[in-house]
Amino acid sequence: MDSQNTFWKSAVKNGLLAGAIGLYSTLVGLVQAFNKRAVIEQLSLGHITLLLSWGVVAYVFLNHHRESESKGKLIAAGALVGGLGAFLVALLPMTAQWVDYHFVFVHAGPEMYSLLTFGKGPWLGSAMLVAVGALWGILIALVVSLPTFWRDSVVKAFLITITVGLLSDLFTGMTIGWMFQPFLGVEGLNILGAVLVFGLSIAYDYWSAHRKPKESAEAVATEPAGVTKSQLRRMVVGALALVVVAGLPLLLGSYLSHVLNMVGLYTIMGLGLNIVVGYAGLLDLGYVAFFALGAYTMGLLTSTGPLGIAHWTFWEAVPFSILVAMVAGILLGVPVLRMRGDYLAIVTLGFGEIIRILALSNWLKPLIGGAQGILLIPKPPLFGFKIQTPIHFYYLILVGIGIAAFVAYRLRESRLGRAWMAMREDEDVAEAMGIDLVVTKLTAFAFGASFSGLAGAIFASYVGSIFPHSFNLLISINVLSLIIVGGVGSMPGVFVGSLALVGLPELLREFAEYRMLIYGLSLIAMMLLKPEGFWPEPIRKRELREEVGD
Amino acid sequence: MKKRWFILIAVVLLVAVVLAACGKSSYKCEDPYGCVNVAPGQPIKIGAALVLSGPNESLGVDSLGGVEIAVDDFTAANKDWLAKGKHSIQVVKEDSQCSAEGGQTAAQKLAADKSIVGVIGTNCSSAGEPASKILSDAHIPMISPSNTAPSLTAPKTHAECYLRTAHNDKVQGKAVAEFAYKVLGARTMATIHDGSPYAEQLQQVACDVFTQLGGKCVAQEAINVGDTDMRPVLTKIAATHPDVLYYPIFIQEGALITQQAKEVPGLEKTVLMGSDGMISPDFIKAAGKAAEGMYLSGPAAVNNEEFNKKYEAKYGQEPPSAFHLHAYDATMMLLDAIKKVAVVDKDGTIHIPRKALCQALFSTKNFKGLTGTLTCNQYGDCADPKININKIINGKYVPVWPKK
Amino acid sequence: MSEKIKYFLERLSWVDIMVWLFGLAILVIAVIGVIGSIHNAYYTKEQWMDFVVFGISQGGVYALIALGYTLVYGILFMINFAHGDIFMAGAFTGYFLAAKLNQYGIYNSHPIISLLLIMLLAMVTSVVVALITERVAYRPLRKAPRLVPLITAIGASFTIEYTFRGLYGSGVEAYPDMKIFVGKTSVFGLRILKVHLLVIILSILLMAGLYAYVQYTKAGKAMRAVAEDKDVASLMGVDVDRVIVNTFILGAALAGIAGVLYALIFKQVHFFMGFIPGIKAFTAAVVGGIGNVPGAMLGGFILGIFEALGPGLILEGLGIPASYQLKDVIAFTLLVLVLIFRPTGLMGERLSEEKV
Repeated sequence: MDSQNTFWKSAVKNGLLAGAIGLYSTLVGLVQAFNKRAVIEQLSLGHITLLLSWGVVAYVFLNHHRESESKGKLIAAGALVGGLGAFLVALLPMTAQWVDYHFVFVHAGPEMYSLLTFGKGPWLGSAMLVAVGALWGILIALVVSLPTFWRDSVVKAFLITITVGLLSDLFTGMTIGWMFQPFLGVEGLNILGAVLVFGLSIAYDYWSAHRKPKESAEAVATEPAGVTKSQLRRMVVGALALVVVAGLPLLLGSYLSHVLNMVGLYTIMGLGLNIVVGYAGLLDLGYVAFFALGAYTMGLLTSTGPLGIAHWTFWEAVPFSILVAMVAGILLGVPVLRMRGDYLAIVTLGFGEIIRILALSNWLKPLIGGAQGILLIPKPPLFGFKIQTPIHFYYLILVGIGIAAFVAYRLRESRLGRAWMAMREDEDVAEAMGIDLVVTKLTAFAFGASFSGLAGAIFASYVGSIFPHSFNLLISINVLSLIIVGGVGSMPGVFVGSLALVGLPELLREFAEYRMLIYGLSLIAMMLLKPEGFWPEPIRKRELREEVGD
Repeated sequence: MKKRWFILIAVVLLVAVVLAACGKSSYKCEDPYGCVNVAPGQPIKIGAALVLSGPNESLGVDSLGGVEIAVDDFTAANKDWLAKGKHSIQVVKEDSQCSAEGGQTAAQKLAADKSIVGVIGTNCSSAGEPASKILSDAHIPMISPSNTAPSLTAPKTHAECYLRTAHNDKVQGKAVAEFAYKVLGARTMATIHDGSPYAEQLQQVACDVFTQLGGKCVAQEAINVGDTDMRPVLTKIAATHPDVLYYPIFIQEGALITQQAKEVPGLEKTVLMGSDGMISPDFIKAAGKAAEGMYLSGPAAVNNEEFNKKYEAKYGQEPPSAFHLHAYDATMMLLDAIKKVAVVDKDGTIHIPRKALCQALFSTKNFKGLTGTLTCNQYGDCADPKININKIINGKYVPVWPKK
Repeated sequence: MSEKIKYFLERLSWVDIMVWLFGLAILVIAVIGVIGSIHNAYYTKEQWMDFVVFGISQGGVYALIALGYTLVYGILFMINFAHGDIFMAGAFTGYFLAAKLNQYGIYNSHPIISLLLIMLLAMVTSVVVALITERVAYRPLRKAPRLVPLITAIGASFTIEYTFRGLYGSGVEAYPDMKIFVGKTSVFGLRILKVHLLVIILSILLMAGLYAYVQYTKAGKAMRAVAEDKDVASLMGVDVDRVIVNTFILGAALAGIAGVLYALIFKQVHFFMGFIPGIKAFTAAVVGGIGNVPGAMLGGFILGIFEALGPGLILEGLGIPASYQLKDVIAFTLLVLVLIFRPTGLMGERLSEEKV
C-alpha cells in the first residue's frame, strides 16, 4: 500500500515536472517559433516540442516502473503525467483573461493562447489540450509496455523520423536533391516520407536483430583463417572511406560543403588546442588570438586592397601566418610560465581579448584597418586554377587537416609528447624526472598556436574579408568545448566534437533566435551523458572510471 | 553491414526515380541566369539573412519584423495575383550574425536553395561583404536594409546584384557635418564610435566633411560595445569643450552616453547628435529625459506610428531598433520587382526570370516607400538621398531640417 | 638576513628573471605614460578625482559579482561561468517590478521600500536560477574531471542568457529614475553622484556582512571547512551538499543585489548584460586572489579604478588615440602584471596554488 502511494505521488510529481518543462518551452517562445516549421506534413516542430517535453518525462518515469507495475496502472499513470503536464500549460490561456502575462513575458499573447487551445477558446481548447496530453501519456505507456525490442525500436524510429523531417530541407540543397523530392512536403517530410522513414528504421532494427546471431556465428567459424580476411576487410573499408571523404562535397552541394569546411577549420584549431589542453594540460581560453594573428597575417600579405603590403599569393603567405602565430605563442607563453590552472585560463582569456581590441583600435587602424577590417583578400591560386567555391576549399582544408593530424600524431608519440603528458599529470614530478618545464610548456604553446595560425590563414582567404569582430571570445570557448565534448586528448574526438558543436548548430541556423539556447542546452546534456567525451582517449577513459569509482 | 545499406539505398533510389516523373510546363525560360518556377500550391520563397543571435540581435529582430510585415501587406494587397496558383510568400530566415563568416554561411545556405528568389539582408556590413558576392554569383538579388559601408556599392568592389535601402555612410555623414556647421553654427566637433564599421565610418566621414567646411574635429574617441560607464570618456571629451558631440552608435551605448553626458561637467553647452542607429522608441525609453533636444539624422519618415502599431500587434513589443522601415521598403521593392517580371502560367505556375529580376530592381525609380522615395543607382544605392535631421521634442522625433 | 638573500638568489631561476623582466618592461611603459599624461596637464584635479569616483562605483558592482565567483571557486574549485548571467536574471526580473511600482507611483513616493522589494525579487530570481543551474548542470558532475563542469558552466551561461531573451524579449528595458538618487552631492569635498554614493556604501556594507558571516558564524565555518577538504569536513559531520547549496544561494543573492545596483547606475537591462560584467568580475576575483573574500572586494575596486583612470593616465601619455577603447587592455594587462609578481593574486594564499 505504501509503495502504491509513493508510485502515485511520484506520478504527480513527474506530471508537475512535465508541466514545468512544457511551460518553460512555451514561455520561452520555442513552441510558438517552432510552430511555423512543419516537420511532417502539418505536424509542426512546435507541437513536437510540446509533446516531447511531456513525453520525455513520462517515458523516463514509466520506464522506471515498467517491471514493477501492471500495464493498466502504467496507462493510468501515463494519462496522469501527460494530462497534468498539459493542464499546467493550459493554465496559461485559461487565466489569461485575468492576468496580463504579456507585461513580463513577450511571447504570451493571443497568438500563443490560440495556438495552445487550437483556436477553440480558453475553456474548450484547454480541455482539448489536456485530452491530447492524456492521450499522449497513454500512448507512451503503451509503447513502454511493449516488449523491449519493439519499445526501443519504436522510440528510435520516432526520433529518427523527427530528425529526418527536421533536416529534410538539407536534402534539397544537395546535388542529388531531386531524388528526395517525392518524399518532401513544402517543409519537412510528407506522409509518404514519414511512413517510409519510420518503416525503414523499424525494418532495419528488425533485420539487424535477427541477423546478428548468424553473423557472429560466421565470424567464430572463420576465425582461424580470418586474419588476412579481416585485414583485407579493413583495407577495403579504409579505401571506401577515402573515396567517400573525397567524393563527399560533390554529393552534398555547396552549402553542406561549406558547413563541412567550418567543421574542418575548427578541427584544425581543435587539434592545436588539443596539444595545449589535452596533451600538456594547460587551460587556454584565449586560443582565438592565434587564429586572429594567422588571419591578419594572411590578410596583410595578400590583400589587393589599400592595406595589402606585399600582394603575395596564398601559398607564399601561409608559412608566415603559421610562423607569426608560433612566435606569438611563445611570446604570450613566457609571462604565464609560472601560472597554473584557472589563473592561466583567465590570463589567456585576457590575451585573446587584448588581441581583438587592438585589432579593432583606432590606434592601429592605419596598419590593419581597425573596425573596417581588411577586404579583398584573394583566393588561393593552384596551377592556373583558382580555389574558389566551398567545394574547392573542402579539399584545401582536407589537406590542412591531414597535415595537422599527422603533425599532432607524430608529436604525441615523440619524446616531447611524453614530456607534455608527464607535465599534465604532475608538473613537480615531471620536473623532478628531468623534464625542462619551460621548454616543454613553450613548445606546447608554440605548436598549438601554429595550428590555429594555419586555420586563420585559410579562413581569411576563404571568407575574403576579415573584421575584428570575427575573433571574439566565443571562438575560444567553442574550440575548448569541442575538444572536451569529443574527449580531451583524443584526436578522433576533435573531429567528432567539431561535428557536434560546429556542424549541428550550422544546420539549425534557421532557428536563429533559439540556436544558442539549443547549443547551451546540448552542451550541458552532452557533458551529463558522456562526461568523458564522445570518443575519449583510452587512457583517459580508464582514469575517469577510476576517479568516479573512488 | 554495408550490404544492407546498399540495398536500402537502392530501394530508395528506385522509388525516387519512379516518383520523380514530373510534368513539363508550357513556359520556356529564356533568361540567361535561369528562372525560378513556383508550382501551384508552393510558396514564393524569399530569404532573410539577418543577425538573429548575439549582442546585435535587436537589429535583426527589428529588420525581420519589417520583412514579415511587408510580406503580410503585400499578400493582402495582391490576393488575386497569388490566388491563381494558390501561392503564398514564405520568408526563409537565416542567422547571418554580425560577422563575415556568419554572412558567408547564411548566404551559402540560401544560395544552395534553388527556390529562393531574393534575399533581404544582411544587417552588418561585415556580413554583407561575403554574402553579397556569394548571392550574386548564384544570381540571387540581395537587398540590405542596414549595410552602410561605402565599399559595398563602390564602383570597383560592388557585387553584381546587390542593392541597399540603407544610406551609404558617405551620404549621411556629409549631411550631419553640413547641418552641424551651417545650421547649428558649430565650429568644433567631437565624435565617439563603438568599433562597429558603421559607426567608425560614419564619424570619420562626418569629421572629414566638417573639417573641409572649415570646422575642427577636436576629439575622435571610441568605446566598446557593452561598455556601461561612459563618464570617463565623456570627461576626456569635456576637456575640449566641443560645440557638437556626434556619436552615430546604437541604442544601448547611445542611451548611456546621452544620459551620462548630462552629468559630466563641461558638456553643458554641447549639442548631442546621433544617427539612425538610435532612432527607435526604445532609445527614447532608455535615454529618458536626457534625450530631449538631441539631433538625430535619418530617413524622412523615421517613426512611423502606423507601422509601430502593426509591429506591436504582431510581436508584442515595439520595434527594437531603427532599420525596420528600410527592411520593409527593401522587401516591398523585391516583391514588387518579382511581380513585375514574373510570368504566370496557365496552371498557375509562377516563373521568375533571375536576370530580369535583378535588372528590374536596379531600374527601380521613384518607388514610394516608408523611408521616402527610392531610386536605385547603377551600383545599388537605393535610399532616398534626402537625409532628415530630427530633433527629439517631448519624446518624439520631429524633422527640423531640411526646411520645407 | 644575508642568509635569506642567499637562499633567495639560489632559488632564483632564469625563468623568474625573464618573467619579471617582462613585467618590468610593462611597468616602465606604464610609468612613461603616466609621466607623459601628467606633463600634458590635460585634466584638472577635479577631473582626476572624478575618474577615481567613477572607478570606485563601477568597482563596487564588480566586487559584488566577484564575490559569487570567489565563493563558489573557494569551495568547488570551478569557474562558475554562468554567474554573470545569474546577475542578469536578477536585474532583468527586478525591472518589471520597478516598472509596475513606478506605474502606481509607489516607486518615488516610497523609494526605500520599493528598492528593498525590487532587491528581494532580484535576489529570489537569481537564487532560483543559480539553484536550478547547480542541481542540473554541476551537481551530477562533481566527481568528473575539472574541465567538464567548466563546459557545463559555459553551456549554462548560454542557456540562461537565451532563456531570458525568450521570456522577456530581446529589447533594452530601462529602470525608471528614482528621484531621491538623482543629482550630485558632496562628500569630504568630493563631488559624487548620489547613486554612486549609495552603491559604494551598500556594496561595502554587504561585503563586510559577508566577511563576518564566513568568518564568525557556524555556517561560515562549515563553508571554510568544506573549502579546505570536502572529505574531512563530511567526516566531521558537515553536510557538504548543504554547504555547497548555501554557497550558491549566498553568491546568487549578492549577484541579485549587484544587478539592481547596476540598474540604478546605468538604468538599462537586457539579456546580454551579464556577459561582460561577469568576465570583469572574474578577472577582479583573480586579481584579488580567487577563493579569498576580501581579495575579491579589493580586486573589484582596483579593477574599476584602473579601468576608469588607466586610459587617461597611462595610454594618453603614450600618445595613443581613442584611449578609452583600450580600457579592457588595461584591465587585462593589470591582471597579467599582478599574476607575474604574485602568481596567486594580491591576497591569495600559497595554499591555493597546490589545490589548483
